[in-house]
Amino acid sequence: MELANKENNENLLSILQDVQKECGYLPEERLRETAVMLGMPLIDVYGVATFYKSFSLTPRGRHQVKVCLGTACHVRGADRIGKEVGRKLGIVLGETSEDGEFSLETVMCLGCCAIGPVVVIDGKYYGQVTPTKVESIVRTIKGEIYAR
Amino acid sequence: MLAEVKADRIRTSEDLEEVRAKIIKGRSSKIPCIVIPSGTCCQARGSSEVVEAFQQEIEKHSLQDNIALRITGCGGFCQSEPNLIIYPEEVYYQKVSPDDAEEVISETVLRGRVIDRLLYADPNTGERFAHLSEIPFFKKQKRLLLANNLQVNPTSINDYLAAKGYSALSKVLQEKTPDEVINEIKESGLRGRGGAGFPTGRKWELCRKARGDVKYVICNADEGDPGAYMDRSLLEGNPHSVIEGMIIGAYAIGASEGFIYVRNEYPLAVRHCRLAVQKAREYGFLGNDILGSGFSFDIKISMGAGAFVCGEETALIASIQGGRGIPRQRPPFPAERGLWDRPTNINNVETWANVPLIMTKGASWYSKIGTEGSKGTKIFSLVGKINNTGLVEVPLGIILREIVYDIGGGIPRGKRFKAVQTGGPSGGCIPSSLLDLPIDYESLKEAGSIMGSGGMIVMDEDTCMVDIARYYTSFLNDESCGKCLPCRKGTQRMLEILTDISEGKGEEGDIGLLEELALVTKDTSLCGLGQTAPNPVLSTIRYFQDEYEAHIKEKRCPAGVCKELISYYIEPDKCQACLICLRNCPVEAITGGKGLVHIIDQEKCIKCGTCLDVCPPRFGAVTRLSGEKVPEPALQGTEVIRKRSGETDVNT
Repeated sequence: MELANKENNENLLSILQDVQKECGYLPEERLRETAVMLGMPLIDVYGVATFYKSFSLTPRGRHQVKVCLGTACHVRGADRIGKEVGRKLGIVLGETSEDGEFSLETVMCLGCCAIGPVVVIDGKYYGQVTPTKVESIVRTIKGEIYAR
Repeated sequence: MLAEVKADRIRTSEDLEEVRAKIIKGRSSKIPCIVIPSGTCCQARGSSEVVEAFQQEIEKHSLQDNIALRITGCGGFCQSEPNLIIYPEEVYYQKVSPDDAEEVISETVLRGRVIDRLLYADPNTGERFAHLSEIPFFKKQKRLLLANNLQVNPTSINDYLAAKGYSALSKVLQEKTPDEVINEIKESGLRGRGGAGFPTGRKWELCRKARGDVKYVICNADEGDPGAYMDRSLLEGNPHSVIEGMIIGAYAIGASEGFIYVRNEYPLAVRHCRLAVQKAREYGFLGNDILGSGFSFDIKISMGAGAFVCGEETALIASIQGGRGIPRQRPPFPAERGLWDRPTNINNVETWANVPLIMTKGASWYSKIGTEGSKGTKIFSLVGKINNTGLVEVPLGIILREIVYDIGGGIPRGKRFKAVQTGGPSGGCIPSSLLDLPIDYESLKEAGSIMGSGGMIVMDEDTCMVDIARYYTSFLNDESCGKCLPCRKGTQRMLEILTDISEGKGEEGDIGLLEELALVTKDTSLCGLGQTAPNPVLSTIRYFQDEYEAHIKEKRCPAGVCKELISYYIEPDKCQACLICLRNCPVEAITGGKGLVHIIDQEKCIKCGTCLDVCPPRFGAVTRLSGEKVPEPALQGTEVIRKRSGETDVNT
């Protein structure tokens, strides 16, 4: 019994990671199901779900815009890049746009320090971003998305 | 591509050498090889497209049997990406585009002619270099680990075997007892590369001697320090070297199971690691009775979910166990009671990667590199305001100046060097007065910083040290798990004071208060995160107190970074009404028109600095002010004073 529990707990993180990947966030009913499945109190599942940054309890946008705020990006002006991206998307950091298309997040270092400041949109990296470049990047992305 | 040798499970050391010989025999060493690094950073700069172009070009001309193409992990010189190296001559091309593929193959590979425009040029002298070994960035390095990144395709275990991979393991299992392995590591002087620099051999010994029938080893690949990415590069570029190190460590310690805890922000590293573990298992380097030695060991991959504190070993253990990554009191140390309360040894990626090297070349060879207390090489990520950005591997004890100027090529745009930040959020800043500091564990500690995992962020005169302290404290406050009060509240309170100072609301006595808070947080926090959290604050106060005072007393940010303390202003007599700033201003705070002096509306201005960036240098009309009153703007509708006809009106 003790062994079973040990292994169940061990799987919690990876289960939540799978759910996050599948749904884009952690829906409440899935957290409940997970708790039942692992024989754990819901509060423990909730505790883990809220502890780690890669989990979200609310739906995220269909397109994820991430602004790197690692140190190398920071000294090269990432802060104003983040604000500029937000302004161009019409949302603030941490928010999702009303039509559900975009969510804007910050991330602490993607390890691409040589090309900072870095913005990542749906897995595509944009390096050495300047406030002026932000406008063209966002315009292109919006054009692609809303044209569909 | 050449047909690859496939091996069944390798059962003995003799089998291994046989397989290795077969792999090497199947590869022609006579044909030229194009190596295209394609790590995350390279891909971000378009290396995947370059790879594709070369593949197509080779196929188009049916050159598969005449040219080898090897896709590897990051080569280290990130500034020059996408780059490629043509062996055997080691011709080094930088900033290659897919359109260059045809010319590179027809000219350089087939005819041996070097293409000038693709060569790296020194940013200071303009001198061009044709070969990797001549480039100043590589010249002073000692690339014991990083050089292998260019030798192996990380997705091919055969590449690793061809480069003598797993021979250290084979040697250890055949010739050495676990105690002998531990002694060798102890004699090598290897110290932990993840942060604190604890002697690796002693750590292993503690775990070996700890009582318990089940033991674990863990590879800490939760590289959370913003600005450091050497672990990503090693895992992406040469995952088998880390795995081989772990197997040797597990044998020495007597562990039966291992974990690689890797952060989820590194998707490529996760993928390469998974594949490498699977291949190592297929070939018999993991599993039961490894190489017929009777020793059994396997590795699982555990993914982090975004929490800096999980780099702390007890928090990491809690996270592998599936819970929240919250540290606990030590002792008992993980060597006695770690994962599921069993003796556990945790080492960082780079530490593990050093192990096969030491086993192959011997402790006495290894211990000749470095200083008395700090042996071997260390990989640093040289980033920030520096010309040659990238990963540099240097012998410990190297002088900081050599890293910044000889390898790094100095500061871009002729700016003045201000400081280097080492050790990430747990470290500190080293000022220009200490440029001749030897880089080793002790010297860094004495200077008020730490080695840490190896981030080296270069800062120039435009970097504000109060802002840097605020940045790190904000990061730590955000990442504090909240378990103990000194860290939770200490970082929060320090952040509040630093924010006040950077917003011009600092008061006399704030520096003293910060120091007091810092010392309490340092002395009373539960884990390493809290104990080292005040370092960025303390070290910036130690070396840059004048900057703090300028913020507090004069309400001035000398570097012109802190937004609340700066303003932008267009000098009426210099403005040539070119409309560039007016059009680029993101908030339309600039008014004026053709022939009319442009004026910044200070109420609307968000101080993003775009106007300063885009104002043509020959006009230099935009200035940044701090600590002084913004002069009255020109009256709306004032006409510009033309400098010289023909030069000014760029719009007609």
